[in-house]
Amino acid sequence: MTRVLPLTENALGRLVPEMVNGKRQVPFQGVHGHRAEGRKASPPVWSAADYPPDGDKRVASLAEALEACGIQDGMTLSTHHHFRNGDFVGGLLVDVCAKLGKRDLTWFPSAAFPCHAPVIAHMDAGVVHHIEGSLNGPLGDYCTDGRMRGLGVLRSHGGRWQAIQDGEVHVDIAVIAAPCADPFGNANGVHGPAACGSLYFALADSLYADRVIVVTDHLVPFPAVPWQIQGNNVDYVVCVDRIGDPARIVSGTTQITTSPDRLLVAEWTARFVRDAGIMKDGFSFQAGAGGTTLAFAIYLQEMMKRAGVRARFIRGGSTKYLVRMLDEGLTDYILDGQTFDLDGVASMRDNPRHQATSPFTSYNYHGKGFFGTFVDVVVLGATEVDVNFNANVVTHSDGRLLHGIGGWQNCLFARCTILAVPAMRDRIPVIVDEVTTLTGPGELIDVIVTERGIAINPRRVDLLDAVKGKGLPIRDIRDIQRDVERICGGKPAPPRRSGQVVAAVKWVDGTVLDSVWKVDR
Amino acid sequence: MYGETVRGTCRAALNALGIRHAAVAVEDQGALDFVLAARIEAAVKRAGMGAGATFLPPPGPGFDASITRDRFRRSRLYLPGSEPKHFLNARLHEPDAIILDLEDAVAPTEKDAARLLVRNALRTVDFGRCERMVRINEGERGLEDVDVVAPQNAHVILIPKAETAEQVVVVDARAQAARRDAGFEGPCLLVPIIESALGCFNALAVASASPNVVALTIGLEDYTADVGVERTAEGRESLWARQTVINAARAAGVAPSDAVFSDVADLDGLRASVLEAKALGFEGKGCIHPRQVPVVHAGFAPTADEITKAQRIVLAFEDATLRGVGVVALGSKMVDPPVVKRALRTLGMAEALAMLPPDWRSRTDGGRAEGGQGRGESSGAGAQ
Repeated sequence: MTRVLPLTENALGRLVPEMVNGKRQVPFQGVHGHRAEGRKASPPVWSAADYPPDGDKRVASLAEALEACGIQDGMTLSTHHHFRNGDFVGGLLVDVCAKLGKRDLTWFPSAAFPCHAPVIAHMDAGVVHHIEGSLNGPLGDYCTDGRMRGLGVLRSHGGRWQAIQDGEVHVDIAVIAAPCADPFGNANGVHGPAACGSLYFALADSLYADRVIVVTDHLVPFPAVPWQIQGNNVDYVVCVDRIGDPARIVSGTTQITTSPDRLLVAEWTARFVRDAGIMKDGFSFQAGAGGTTLAFAIYLQEMMKRAGVRARFIRGGSTKYLVRMLDEGLTDYILDGQTFDLDGVASMRDNPRHQATSPFTSYNYHGKGFFGTFVDVVVLGATEVDVNFNANVVTHSDGRLLHGIGGWQNCLFARCTILAVPAMRDRIPVIVDEVTTLTGPGELIDVIVTERGIAINPRRVDLLDAVKGKGLPIRDIRDIQRDVERICGGKPAPPRRSGQVVAAVKWVDGTVLDSVWKVDR
Repeated sequence: MYGETVRGTCRAALNALGIRHAAVAVEDQGALDFVLAARIEAAVKRAGMGAGATFLPPPGPGFDASITRDRFRRSRLYLPGSEPKHFLNARLHEPDAIILDLEDAVAPTEKDAARLLVRNALRTVDFGRCERMVRINEGERGLEDVDVVAPQNAHVILIPKAETAEQVVVVDARAQAARRDAGFEGPCLLVPIIESALGCFNALAVASASPNVVALTIGLEDYTADVGVERTAEGRESLWARQTVINAARAAGVAPSDAVFSDVADLDGLRASVLEAKALGFEGKGCIHPRQVPVVHAGFAPTADEITKAQRIVLAFEDATLRGVGVVALGSKMVDPPVVKRALRTLGMAEALAMLPPDWRSRTDGGRAEGGQGRGESSGAGAQ
């Protein structure tokens, strides 16, 4: 079906919908342009009298729990992505809703993965009306093809907290997959066969949803500690055989990239951080577990060791490589958003200096600050960067949904934001005149490191000065663009997109930064 | 997203090959035009058509890069000729030479396509300051390779399984003729690879077979197979062969260059292997992964101690010459002319690698370099 939505131009000239899934929107007003007003969302007041005094909130099945929560057509149900592509609970929830004959639900995952492809059949059948959450793989195609009934809404991790907290999204029932839980509903991610690290992607839901169900395959007697999710916020506990596939939740061995070009980009990124004077005692950095960023962390580790430098904290995505830095005393703390391998899980469980963090502390823009703004340097990826340093992370140059935003937008607020990207992917240039989908405004993006040189945002005169004469291949971003276009054979043709908006990209303050358009195959 | 360009290249290639009214299906996986053109030409030829016709893409920047006989050949990076995706960015890793390999890295069924890919790459890909090398096949197929790559400004032909001077002479003649016909100045250079017991015994004849030979190298997988032993990490089984190659090369006045180190993940092992090669007398090493390049360059670079010592020797020698003293002494040791020659070579390399300023004499106080290690990054200095 086609929708004709009234569109409006936002502060960066992007056409965005005025209404999204029946709710009026504020177009992007500039990085710090919008001030929200009013009070936060407030869940109902509950009485202990209505809960079992022995603390045993178990019921026999998820269906029973959902019915006890008063599930109805059209409700918003949430799950979370701490099991990544090994999650069983998102699929289970939607299956159970279908069996209960429910319709027109909004599924509000913190992120969806290819393992959730079966949800497509439930959308076709009308059980799920639409998904609000990052969409990639088959779900991304479903949305990009214009087959989803509602609009996709893409939010950062911090933006998801903001949306729940501000009441922009009201979660009727939150279903939290817990690797370890007790009958009262206390839950954590550091014990049990499906241990994944932290459950804090579900923390906002546990605080603000009307009803909360914990699903576990590893029940322990009270107390399940650490209680990352507090039983005092939980209505029901459901035990099932398996909540996820451990092999796909965390990897036993995190692989470093062997791509020579990515390694070169990673090494230059580390040299930039060192030579710009950012790498010094007491500094902090963030690096994810992607191929290039992981390799960056390893190069930086060697440089820190050689220079005798110790960080105050490393912001993860943790892996065994970051854990090794903590164990070797190269950092005082790991502040961990999510954990990518078994070494990371064990470290979070056993080392008090390996701290699990929630999107509230690290990323939420509608709070009294967040620590993402005082991380010294962050290294991120992107699918496209334009000559004004605006970047895209959610679609490819062909306009199709590819990645979720994750913490990417929130990380841009760091003191120095570096995108470590290839200058071209196969034949497609990564540096373009204008990004296909704007996900991050260029005024927050400081440095682009490619295998064909390093471009510094002209706004950052301080960084330009800091690395002058250090032997790094600093180039104008347009020079790198020209190089690549010469190799690729000019500029690529723009995607064949229709006039139909299929998803909205939110900024960290809830305003609409850009639209994703239906793309003809 | 380059659909129009892809269609244009297909049409041009098919036209040049004399193909009309054909149905052609192209599955776009992001190949660049030079690759697409080679793939189409290979498909046409495999179908038994287009005999005698070729489609040469227009030359790109770097096509006319001139040959330099005297230059660093510390690292030569092997790239399989059938995998063009690696061609484009290889130069970013700054090896002294890039080898487009038509021999062992290419499956027998892909030899025809690889030859066309390498030809088109030599025309269109910018290899920057890297020397443009091609390893040809053995025998007649190798000579056909020469006919195709020498006119495209291949700088150096690597001759595999070299066992006789005759082999080198034949390749030399074919290469120079093809290069001359294409209108390029100066001769195409040659690097024979010794890979057998017989090759070892004839190494001097091979290295001396043509004035266009610039280096002699060794292939240890084939050599150990020929001798009937396992190749080990310590390499005791090939010590004689390596030393034979070094001595033959020196006797012929060309540079000896070591084999590849085949464990890509083991950079520490590579570092040790390079230091050993340097100690034996090699001046270069083959690389099979770009990450090996900086390790090889760092290994062959003179150390700070070596530079300081060489400076003392040279200053003492020059001082003695100035004063007309016949015997040069440094401390309690006599300095013989060959020692001075070696010291000059070390300093020449240090200067070329920007580890020492050319005017170091005037900046030197008592034979100590102020320059320290120069650009002492682990990646070694850049090129010359």
